[in-house]
Amino acid sequence: MNAVAQYNFAYLDEQTKRMIRRAILKAIAIPGYQVPFSSREMPMPYGWGTGGVQVTASIIGPQDVLKVIDQGADDTTNAVSIRAFFAKVAQVETTTHTADATIIQTRHRIPEKPLGRGQILVYQVPIPEPLRFLEPRETETRKMHALEEYGLMHVKLYEDIARHGRIATTYAYPVKVEGRYVMDPSPTPKFDNPKMHMSEALQLFGAGREHRIYAVPPHTEVVSLDFEDHPFEIQHFEEPCALCGAEQVYLDEVILDDRGGHMYVCSDTDNCEERREAGHVGVLGTPQEAAE
Amino acid sequence: MYVAVKGGEAAIANAHALLADRRRGDRSVPALRIDQIVEQLGLAVDRAMGEGSLYDKELAALALVQARGDLIEAIFLVRAYRTTLPRFGYSHPVETGEMLIERRISATFKDLPGGQMLGPTFDYTHRLLDPSIVSGDVPEPITRSEEPSRSPRVTDLLAHEGLIEPDFGTADPTEDREVGDLTREPLDFPLDRDLRLQALARGDEGFLLALGYSTQRGYGRSHPFVGEIRIGEVAVEFDVPELGFAVNLGRIRVTECQMVNQFKGSAKVPPQFTRGYGLVFGQAERKAMAMSLVDRALRAKEFGEDITAPAQDEEFVISHSDNVQATGFVEHLKLPHYVDFQAELDLIRRMRAEHEAVAVKEAAE
Repeated sequence: MNAVAQYNFAYLDEQTKRMIRRAILKAIAIPGYQVPFSSREMPMPYGWGTGGVQVTASIIGPQDVLKVIDQGADDTTNAVSIRAFFAKVAQVETTTHTADATIIQTRHRIPEKPLGRGQILVYQVPIPEPLRFLEPRETETRKMHALEEYGLMHVKLYEDIARHGRIATTYAYPVKVEGRYVMDPSPTPKFDNPKMHMSEALQLFGAGREHRIYAVPPHTEVVSLDFEDHPFEIQHFEEPCALCGAEQVYLDEVILDDRGGHMYVCSDTDNCEERREAGHVGVLGTPQEAAE
Repeated sequence: MYVAVKGGEAAIANAHALLADRRRGDRSVPALRIDQIVEQLGLAVDRAMGEGSLYDKELAALALVQARGDLIEAIFLVRAYRTTLPRFGYSHPVETGEMLIERRISATFKDLPGGQMLGPTFDYTHRLLDPSIVSGDVPEPITRSEEPSRSPRVTDLLAHEGLIEPDFGTADPTEDREVGDLTREPLDFPLDRDLRLQALARGDEGFLLALGYSTQRGYGRSHPFVGEIRIGEVAVEFDVPELGFAVNLGRIRVTECQMVNQFKGSAKVPPQFTRGYGLVFGQAERKAMAMSLVDRALRAKEFGEDITAPAQDEEFVISHSDNVQATGFVEHLKLPHYVDFQAELDLIRRMRAEHEAVAVKEAAE
């Protein structure tokens, strides 16, 4: 049973990597189009990032530097687990610094720091089909994409406005890629949607359980769906980060007591730490030297 | 002073250490051996092999111990190992008509060539807890007194008279098409029956049981009879390219169920019975029966029947039958979702504020 412990570089065998790379190349060639691929069982559960892990495993090389975030943070348990997985099976260097990473695998966030040329952002995607909750059948949604029949999505957004006075989709907000395919940006908050537009980085999306890979190549148009009289807008926070004082970033609400006390802190932990190191202090933060 | 939560790594390591400790339990109790599990929890091993899609009793038993007896977790362990194995090729179809039979029953005929054989079944046992199992005497092993006689499959007997559709159903047997492989190609709906049967064979027993049951209660009724259930060993043969002939790799134990279902016939086809088919690793009668009910239900389109029930809906059934996928996605809800939740919180607060403002304004008027 010793053979059980012997795995290839980055876990997947080379045949499987080649199959996934082909799917990735096709996805890059048709931005926003969901390419079916023969997803493998991974040693972590479906729904826990197996799609992203398979994409990362197929593109990673020994010289890559990997960053893994979940909810914007490097130290959430599943991010720790996936980072440890690649440190073990690929012996690659890992980092928490956005700027130092060549590959960033993410769940639910795009880093605040703009990504640069040569960086690859790998998204973990639970449900790749943006039309799935409007039409549960794959055979139907495939047809709708082929015919560019996206009226149903606009009807859904319109119904939101009729019912709530606004578009009530706050995350997994649908986008149109390069004027053709409507795409699910994975459940990132809509705050992050504008970062996808004309990004210098390559964005790859892996949905393991659903057997789909899709991509947004660098310098690609990514437009959030909206109406002329109800234009797309992102979330705005009333207060800055309590630790580093950052504004125009996505914040997490932290409950401090059982009497309604709460504070807001950066969701992107790396961005927050770098700002504090640079001397920025929020209302509840302490200067970096004092904290040592 | 708020300090952001750190130490996910240490927490994970501690949790895994605790898991290993709880798995082992009281150290004064002897540790389970793999052979004990293979011999004495054989049906659990069979289920882990079947839904894990890997015929290896020792690995399945190891998975069961490692999973603390959680079957779906054990199935997951087996699958995650299986997917790393190289693929040499595909065996010939197993010949279940040549099975070395240990159990074989038919509900459609009182007696038939080869006879009825109850075999090691729970059927007709009285479900009374039996403390003597753990403390009592161990009877001598039972060995078969004579070689079993050849038992042709019941469906083959019916086929002689043309009373039942052929093995290949309505597919064209002269058409030379390769059998699909759902572990190598992504599923592309609508599926052919070969891929559906593969998905059902590794599908969750509980899910298929409930769906099969639903067809009996009117949700896609198919008038089933158990034509035959047989359990025993079949030979696996594999073509070795260098040799140019098939080599016997060994025997595996399987359960096969052939359900005989009603069918009216059409202008082209005279009235004949139709089939639902189930084939599962090991002794897994409930699974094989449920599988054959669901297989028949999923053939509704092939026979021009109305699709009205969940069990007849291919995308619904096949997309949700895999328990490794299902458990992963259901359980992923316990991963942090606070970024998205924050987005929802923000929206609901804004909407409530607007609601309140309107209420205040109306009260003032």
